[in-house]
Amino acid sequence: MSDVASSSSLAMSGGRKPLLDVEDLRVAFRTEEGVVQAVDGVSFHLDAGEVLAIVGESGCGKSVTGMTLMGLTRSPNARFGGRATFDGRDLLAASDDELRRVRGAQIAMVFQDPMTALNPVLRVGPQLVEQIRAHGDLGRDEALERARALLERVGIPRPEERLRAYPHELSGGMRQRVMIAMALSCDPRVLIADEPTTALDVTIQAQILEEVRRLRAETNAGVILITHDLGVVADVADRVAVMYAGQIVEQGTLDELFYDPQHPYTWGLLGSIARVDRPRPPRLPAIAGTPPSLADPPHGCRFRPRCPHAFERCGELPPLEARAGHPDRCWLTPEQKRTKRRVGGQIGLAHGDEEVAA
Amino acid sequence: MTRFVVRRLISMVLVLFAISVLTFLIFQVIPNGDPAQRMAGRLSTPETVAAIRRTWGFDQPIWQQYLTTMKKIFSGEVISYTQQVNVLDQIKQDLPATLSLAIGAGIIWLVLGVLFGLLSAIRAGRFTDRALTVLALVGVSTPVFLLGAVALYFLAFRVQLFPNGGYVPLTSDPPQWLYHMILPWLVLSVLFIGIYSRVLRSNLLDTMNEDYVRTARAKGISERRVLLRHVLRNSLIPIVSLWSLDFAAVIGGGAILTESVFNLHGVGQYAAESIAQLDVPPVMVVVMFGAFFVVVLSAVTDVIFALLDPRIRLT
Amino acid sequence: MATVDSTVRAGAPAARGADAGPAQPAGIGPYRLALRRLRRNKVALAFGALFLLIVVLCLCAPLYAAHVAHTGPNDNHVTETVKVGGVAKDVVSPTGQPIGPTWHGRFLLGADQNGRDIAVRLLYGGRNSLEVGGIATLVTMTLATIVGIVAGFFRGFVDGVLARMLDLIWAYPVVLLGIALGTSLALGGITIGPIALHGNSLLVPAFIIGVVYIPYVAKPIRGQVLGLREQEFVDAARVGGAGPLRIMWSEILPNVSSTLVVFVPLMIANAILLEAALSYLGAGVQPPNPSWGTMISDGIRLIPSAMHLTFVPGAMLVLAVLGINVFGDGVRDALDPRAKVRLEEHAEEASR
Repeated sequence: MSDVASSSSLAMSGGRKPLLDVEDLRVAFRTEEGVVQAVDGVSFHLDAGEVLAIVGESGCGKSVTGMTLMGLTRSPNARFGGRATFDGRDLLAASDDELRRVRGAQIAMVFQDPMTALNPVLRVGPQLVEQIRAHGDLGRDEALERARALLERVGIPRPEERLRAYPHELSGGMRQRVMIAMALSCDPRVLIADEPTTALDVTIQAQILEEVRRLRAETNAGVILITHDLGVVADVADRVAVMYAGQIVEQGTLDELFYDPQHPYTWGLLGSIARVDRPRPPRLPAIAGTPPSLADPPHGCRFRPRCPHAFERCGELPPLEARAGHPDRCWLTPEQKRTKRRVGGQIGLAHGDEEVAA
Repeated sequence: MTRFVVRRLISMVLVLFAISVLTFLIFQVIPNGDPAQRMAGRLSTPETVAAIRRTWGFDQPIWQQYLTTMKKIFSGEVISYTQQVNVLDQIKQDLPATLSLAIGAGIIWLVLGVLFGLLSAIRAGRFTDRALTVLALVGVSTPVFLLGAVALYFLAFRVQLFPNGGYVPLTSDPPQWLYHMILPWLVLSVLFIGIYSRVLRSNLLDTMNEDYVRTARAKGISERRVLLRHVLRNSLIPIVSLWSLDFAAVIGGGAILTESVFNLHGVGQYAAESIAQLDVPPVMVVVMFGAFFVVVLSAVTDVIFALLDPRIRLT
Repeated sequence: MATVDSTVRAGAPAARGADAGPAQPAGIGPYRLALRRLRRNKVALAFGALFLLIVVLCLCAPLYAAHVAHTGPNDNHVTETVKVGGVAKDVVSPTGQPIGPTWHGRFLLGADQNGRDIAVRLLYGGRNSLEVGGIATLVTMTLATIVGIVAGFFRGFVDGVLARMLDLIWAYPVVLLGIALGTSLALGGITIGPIALHGNSLLVPAFIIGVVYIPYVAKPIRGQVLGLREQEFVDAARVGGAGPLRIMWSEILPNVSSTLVVFVPLMIANAILLEAALSYLGAGVQPPNPSWGTMISDGIRLIPSAMHLTFVPGAMLVLAVLGINVFGDGVRDALDPRAKVRLEEHAEEASR
């Protein structure tokens, strides 16, 4: 199945080598409840200047994927498989030291909660400076000047003052801007943004996303946007990978995913966003049930226990295959999908009882 | 800052007042603890006892006695019942031993406690961690006077590596001072090293889980730098407060057991002996003296806290 | 007082590690989970068993005294002899040297300078030490829980008064307060309402130790309750018409119970140690009652000539306290909600 994914990725990047190529990534953690297969055979690629969104519910392995690329999940309790090729080298096989030189410099990450992601007892300036100096041969003053310029670039007013501020003296949006400035400080070629707007107010969210968009255009970095919010995806992503229970269940361009979604889970996600351009449904539909335990995933299709359209064949795990233009993991035929995904005149996941009524 | 100092001063006065009253009352409830009777001795006539009672003011109401004692304490004229020497002079004489013990042991237990805690956290779950954990737990499970007695027996009596207790003033003979202090320092430190290394270990492991440590690692700075600048610095803050309170308690006579076992004639030993003789004035002075250090050092700690952690404000 | 900016504390690590796997297996309560973790911690269980064994042995003291040693804990045998390997030996030599361990029924672990059987005294002494430790822990936990919850729940004036009282005990050096109370009460006993305690009653040191340690438990409980009372489920109970007593009993108490559980072994260990310290200074268990502390302090002067007098009760005391400490450590780890996250994410520092 990874062959299919990587061949399709080659086709999409026009035979050119992608900036980052992840093949059959597997991450397992040994925990008290047994081995948790957090990421189970994930493949995708990322080109310079594009935004790839990885979408899914919490616990689906999307954050682990991002952190693994940075080497942040390495531990005696973790097992890795597959390849993540960046700049001609496999990030999974790289030594701790090699990886340390890559992260923060070539690949940078913005985390979910800006309230806790900055060290509370250090001023903002030194926190930026230490990263700049770790990867370049800059003096303290030069590094500080660069930090000031970075803060200005991400739209922070009075940057000199902010450099001397402690994190708790800044607002959440301001802190997230500091995090973005920090991530950009060494001109990374890949930016991994893990739920960068989840903890922020809606208006601040829009500003931060605007920032991500602008910076992508200015620096031509590839961006991996990890989120559960399809609204955010629609705003900035070029391509989308939908993850469920440690696997990618559907992958395609933004248009393919929003207008021709193939996997019932994607339908569910699309159906659960409130849209202003459509009549408001009586109740915002949510996908029934909860994601499975990754320590003991269901046999066959992992979405089967929550899927109203499941049939006998779903006892067998569907491969990630392009059946209708872009790859997905579902046994239904494209025709079946077209009929089943329409719920009340728009895309959504039927509930079990409605299915019986129909 | 002024507000902070004023508040602290008021609270100090209150604590000292309450502690002195409490101490006074504890000794008042002793039914056959009539100091006049004991001062007069067993073979005294009722007349002698009555005379002593009058001259020392024991016939006055209890609050009057309390006030007199307090007045004497603050004018430096307080006299002990049994030895009938000036209590403040006696404490001044005993203080160098206690200070020597507190400062030396305080440094040892802080340094080793932090070192072992750090080592334990870095090697969490491995052999070093387990071994240090067992050692720490043995340390906190051993009474200090037993440890002292055993150490004295083997190292001073059998091997004669160290002197058999006693205190030599630093001013009179520095090498002998050091020679006499090493064993008490180590013995007193064992318990604290055990506690501190456990507390620091768990703080470090908690801090390592913080988001900002992940951020620091994501920056690509060296692991050593992550550990020292981002993890250790934040984990040390609670240790600082623990240390200053324990240090204050030791100065204030809290190391009674160590001082007694090694016969250092420190403030704590003085208090213990005075209690055994039901001699109230020295006990009151030592306890107030100790509480004074606890209050002052906890104020100092809060200032250090505010310097270490900008989120904390002094009020 | 130092205060921490409230936003700092608000950043509770609730969602941490959520993406690394399912947070908790469904349908298992925190105590079941802790028990499962504890069962896997063989070291903690072994030490817990050691402590239990010592407790059981000490409870069997009368049986041992009657059927094996044929003497009581306070019976003198100074002038008697005992047969060791067919040779009759003085229990206490004319020079005052007590006999060492015979490894037989009588004077198994030797005698003290009064010709009393060490093994018998060790078991009876253990009974006393453990009794003092147990009762003291009961006193501490009960009073500290009440004070902590009431102070944290009502705040304001009540809290002010209770917190100052805790500060007062806190500022008083533990051992000093202990010996001051111990000396005065040992002489006079104490009368609290209908209960009159004689000066040499075991309940006197137990009560003193219990009171001295109250702030150590009450302060953290109070802090926790201050946070709990602001939470929605307390508001919900209040809206539902529950009175303060009801809320404290059925909403607050269950939520601080894991903290209390963690404190119990710690307090037993500390109480046994403080009993030993007080007895060493003459302010604890009063002679001729044996306790590990009094036995050690009796023996210390004679270490050079008869070290078994100190080492036997000393070893027993250390083993018992170590047993309960290691077990308590295991209980704390098992109840720590972050234990699992640690296992997954942060054993990683270990590799560097």
